[in-house]
Amino acid sequence: MNWLLVIAGAAVGAPLRYLTDLAVQKRHDTVFPWGTLTVNVAGCLVLGLLTGAIIYGAASDSVQLLVGTGFCGALTTYSTFSYETMRLAETGAKVFAAANVIAGVVAGLGAAFIGVALARACWT
Amino acid sequence: MKPQHYPAVGEPTDPDVDLHVPVQRPGPWRAQVPVVVVVALGGAIGASARYGASLLWPTASGGFPWTTLTVNTVGCAVIGVFMVVISDVWAAHRLVRPFFGTGVLGGFTTFSTYAVDIQQLVDAGRAGAGLAYLGLTLLVALAAVWSAAWATRRIVAWRQA
Repeated sequence: MNWLLVIAGAAVGAPLRYLTDLAVQKRHDTVFPWGTLTVNVAGCLVLGLLTGAIIYGAASDSVQLLVGTGFCGALTTYSTFSYETMRLAETGAKVFAAANVIAGVVAGLGAAFIGVALARACWT
Repeated sequence: MKPQHYPAVGEPTDPDVDLHVPVQRPGPWRAQVPVVVVVALGGAIGASARYGASLLWPTASGGFPWTTLTVNTVGCAVIGVFMVVISDVWAAHRLVRPFFGTGVLGGFTTFSTYAVDIQQLVDAGRAGAGLAYLGLTLLVALAAVWSAAWATRRIVAWRQA
């Protein structure tokens, strides 16, 4: 059952990452990987909220597997993030490469902190 | 900017969505259905592998997240090899890249767990460990993708010479 929850969450999260990236790229013709940044930050916010909800007793372990391990884990990606950073640096867009790393880490961490803080405000 | 002056020009910047690949160009939504299906399938496989790793090597509550660090590093090394092979060597079926690169590797690696684990370490009063985890993952993941792509390009060039 636990595996099915992870599989179900990932089967939604991964295509949502693809479709978001597709939608973002169609709107913004730029080399900066806005699509990956968007899904990573969104996933950090949701996982922060969920982690807080579990800490404050508002969500179960099943929800953790479905939404956390499955959905958020598949929605966000480290492989694409680092590959894009490498390609930006290699193709001469070194400023974009550095900006991608800084924006990813700062916005992702910020979203995680905000998510947990929101959960605290909601469930305590 | 003339792209032909750069290394490995066949390789895209975004491995997930490349509008130069005909199947991913704007078109009828029906054309996206097989891509979405293989990304979902690959994502489920990748996430299951990550979940399996977390069961085999569980991280204690408040402990240093070595398993996630390893998973992300392995995923980054594999995408470095895969993107060079799929772009420069192997004329694979059009669904191979969305299935494996976007689906399996994207589902295997995770950014959300990385960020929330740092938040949890900081929250537990272990800001130093959180900062070390933040920097170490970045360093090792970028080194993995870069060295894997570099080595694969060298092997490809040597075989084609």
